[in-house]
Amino acid sequence: MPERIVGGVTRIGQRVVNGIWRLGYASGFFLMTLLRSGTSFRRFSLVIKEIYFAGVLSLIIIVVSGLFVGMVLGLQGYETLQKYGSSEAVGTLVALSLTRELGPVVAALLFASRAGSAMTAEIGLMKATEQISAMEMMAVDPVARVIGPRFWGGVISMPLLAAIFSAVGVFGGYLIAVVTIGVDSGAFWSQMQSAVDFRHDIVNGVIKSAVFGVAVTAIALFEGYDAPPTAEGVSGATTRTVVTSSLAILGLDFVLTAFMFKGI
Amino acid sequence: MENLVEIKDVSFTYGFRPVLKGISMTVPRGKVVSIMGLSGCGKTTLLRLIGGALRPRRGEVRVAGRVVNRMRRKELYAMRRKMGMLYQFGALFTDMSVLENVAFQIREHTDLPEDLVQDLALMKLHAVGLRGAHNLMPAELSGGMARRVALARAIALDPTLIMYDEPFTGLDPISMGVISNLLRRLNDALGATSIVVTHDVQETLKIVDYVYFMADGAIVAHGTPDQIRNSDKPLVHQFVWGEIDGPLPFHMPGGSYAASLGLGASRA
Repeated sequence: MPERIVGGVTRIGQRVVNGIWRLGYASGFFLMTLLRSGTSFRRFSLVIKEIYFAGVLSLIIIVVSGLFVGMVLGLQGYETLQKYGSSEAVGTLVALSLTRELGPVVAALLFASRAGSAMTAEIGLMKATEQISAMEMMAVDPVARVIGPRFWGGVISMPLLAAIFSAVGVFGGYLIAVVTIGVDSGAFWSQMQSAVDFRHDIVNGVIKSAVFGVAVTAIALFEGYDAPPTAEGVSGATTRTVVTSSLAILGLDFVLTAFMFKGI
Repeated sequence: MENLVEIKDVSFTYGFRPVLKGISMTVPRGKVVSIMGLSGCGKTTLLRLIGGALRPRRGEVRVAGRVVNRMRRKELYAMRRKMGMLYQFGALFTDMSVLENVAFQIREHTDLPEDLVQDLALMKLHAVGLRGAHNLMPAELSGGMARRVALARAIALDPTLIMYDEPFTGLDPISMGVISNLLRRLNDALGATSIVVTHDVQETLKIVDYVYFMADGAIVAHGTPDQIRNSDKPLVHQFVWGEIDGPLPFHMPGGSYAASLGLGASRA
């Protein structure tokens, strides 16, 4: 019995030590990516190519999801607000929900699933097929040439995708509230205009999405780079990217919201 | 003759598992030298040590007189610009065309105009007979063609040292002949030095100048192809002539056969 207890404690200890070691390794990798970002800015075409893969190719899922989220918000908002006789405020509800929370968070979750998992799989497969090693042997730094442009491509894409998500969501809310239900168009837009503050709502939303972009892209790239070079290793890394990114987005959202909106 | 690569008493371990045990060897300039041995005997590890991707636990690896395992990252990259490496399955960049793969290193390390970069890449592809495939993607190539494109990429900057990691694995006899022929011709045409890690004995012995034979992390024999062919060392003889039984037994040790089948006294 004591042996089993010792064995159990040892295993827990090993997991904790491994977890801390991995966190340190990931932090070092992130720092190295930032320090070797010179190539990304000197040859910005590399970053633009990654913005296309991470951002432009994610547009369909972002636009469709944004539209549906906005329409659902319009329906739910109208349903609740009409009980209090303030159905015109549905525009305000849709816009604030999207710019402050749903836009950055849902867009980031979708980005992690669509672009983050693709980045992990791509880097993992490059490693498994020795493309990363080949690059190293050609005296080309893979962190500067492969990781850096993908990192900045993801970081730049994320706020743009969140902004598009929110804009399309507002349009979805408009379609339901104004076009379908018949809320007054002028009231819908004017209440939204007076309630949404550029600094507090829009800028904070952009800051959130930029932070999520850093987190998701860094996690995706690290998991790919650290993936064991096997089919099982790459699939495990892809799963970890989606799970870890989603948890990171929700955790960071709480922390950022607590700091940004504490005085309101 | 001056040696381009000198390895002195090198030992290396993966974790606690010893992979190389006191290896010493030299590779003279201009020669094609092969490192042969069974799978897992440490051949590829030795190549990675020469390329500076790994550092030995003991001993030193010298390339062109400089100790690789003491080089800083910048020095290592400067040395690698004079090296070419052909990987087992080519390791072509799958998101780039054949031409872009070959031009990659030229673009990364020179400021040549784009027209010239493309011309140089086409010349390298012509040397391996695949100029006509320059627009194809790696997924559209056969195994032999991928290996030839990888070879064109490896010689893109006219390296002084070319390393081949299992260049013949999985190739049909024609492709194997083409690659081995190219390997020798390119080495002589470029005035380079080549190290070929392989276990394809007959094809390799036709084209190399010298052979190091490894087993269990150590060099157990070395000599010219003829000396290796005629070696009386049992392991080398078994390996070269592909004999089923010998120092490496056909049956993995596993106790009594009868006991494994549950026969004998205990069952009776």
